Amino acid sequence: MRKYSVFAVAREAMRGHKGWEAQWTSPEPRKEYDVIIVGGGGHGLGAAYYLAKEHGITNVAVIEKGWLGGGNTGRNTTIIRSNYLYDESMDIYEHSLKLWEGLSQDLNYNVMYSPRGVMMLSHNVHDKQSFQRHVHANRLYGIDNEWLTPQQAKDFVPVLDISASARYPINGAALQRRGGTARHDAVAWGYARAASDRGVHVIQNCEVKGIRRGPDGAVTGVETSRGFIGAKKVAVSASGHNSVIMAMADVKLPLHSVPLQALVSEPMKPIFPCVVMSNSVHAYISQSDKGELVIGAGTDQYNSYSQTGGLQIITHTLDAICELFPMFRRVKMMRQWGGITDNTPDRSAIQGVTPVKNLFVNCGWGTGGFKATPGSAHLFAHLIARGEPHKLAAGLTLDRFRTGRLIDEAAAAAVAH
Amino acid sequence: MLLIYCPYCEEERSELEFRHGGDAHIARPTNIADITDEEFQDYFFLRDNPKGLIFERWRHIHGCGRFFNAARDTVSDKFVMSYKAGEPKPNLSGEPTATEKTVETYEATEGTAK
Repeated sequence: MRKYSVFAVAREAMRGHKGWEAQWTSPEPRKEYDVIIVGGGGHGLGAAYYLAKEHGITNVAVIEKGWLGGGNTGRNTTIIRSNYLYDESMDIYEHSLKLWEGLSQDLNYNVMYSPRGVMMLSHNVHDKQSFQRHVHANRLYGIDNEWLTPQQAKDFVPVLDISASARYPINGAALQRRGGTARHDAVAWGYARAASDRGVHVIQNCEVKGIRRGPDGAVTGVETSRGFIGAKKVAVSASGHNSVIMAMADVKLPLHSVPLQALVSEPMKPIFPCVVMSNSVHAYISQSDKGELVIGAGTDQYNSYSQTGGLQIITHTLDAICELFPMFRRVKMMRQWGGITDNTPDRSAIQGVTPVKNLFVNCGWGTGGFKATPGSAHLFAHLIARGEPHKLAAGLTLDRFRTGRLIDEAAAAAVAH
Repeated sequence: MLLIYCPYCEEERSELEFRHGGDAHIARPTNIADITDEEFQDYFFLRDNPKGLIFERWRHIHGCGRFFNAARDTVSDKFVMSYKAGEPKPNLSGEPTATEKTVETYEATEGTAK
């Protein structure tokens, strides 16, 4: 792998940009791998990278039905934060946030992590009490989060309407300054390039059709659209399709898949300095480096794999955006998309062993999986390599739905889904 | 937005009038205090989450207020049919129907109510 640097850019500029090589290779699948990861999104590619980097396991394939990052990794609002309420959640999201901070250097790939701040608006007494509880819990745990008065919030986001006559008056806000955004495609591409460089096979356009198991019940490989591929371990990280893949091994999960929509506006000059979320009126918004406003809407109420969603969901969000930021009323929306999210009953992710030997699952990240990408991938690699969860992910096991140790994380979505 | 046929009102209405009620035909164990943790997990948390045909409950909350069931394709979101609560799960697969009687404590009586 040729290292990316300012010198590489200068060198290629001199020779007409003819020397850039493919970022990752597309090899023919081997007959057998030590580990097969199903799902070529950020979590799966990242897990392959950390398996190679930290556990020395390089005989690994990532199998992806479509193209890299074509699922939820490329269909989200790219928000990063770690201001969750419970220890189990704070552990994993803070671990992730710390990895985000050094990810571009680690991967030699600019993932454009931008700690521009994530602000959560409070509109009523209940919001205020709830957010202040989060602020205190975070600070006690060593995670930055602070309470702002309406004026302090306006100083940070000048376009905020804090007047008493606003339809949704603002009585304060919680701000995590290290939160922010990153470039979602670059996360998938950066992990794929770095993993491929360490010998991982990235196999695109290859759909998993079945999971083959031996006489003792342990997995022996996967049936794919390109034939059978053997594996000593299979790790599933297929986002909205986790239930479908795991059903191939007769494992039933506590998941329901629903579309989550987002949309972006026409590009504009820099106007919006951070990420602003409002739970009460259901809206979150940021501005990408291209200048587009990135707006997140809610989930549909019914199970669906349609990768679309109801129009009433996005109009509801835009209604709120227009009330909070009246100057955006005439902005045109350019694109809208829906991603299929897999949600658990307690809104916390599942990462752990399954009843099937050598089969691992990473699922249930629901509406907030992007921010978890490096942390989840890092801990998932540990789980796959060692066969037992890392201590930071010990609470996320599948058996919590039997034991009752749920992680009832209301903050999992900063807005109510 | 979906158009949903309410089998009680006997007309298609906008999705805004309805509330989704999760999977249909999940029988609550009659001996709920005696079942094991595994059985409770299976009943309470684990779901098929199918890609394709799903049987689900809806409530016409801003209309007649009643629960009913529907069969829908989760890829196209197209409804196959909707039917009154308490009616047996329709056999849309062409396979022989199961003979085991499902216990649906609330819906069993709701279906015949006028």
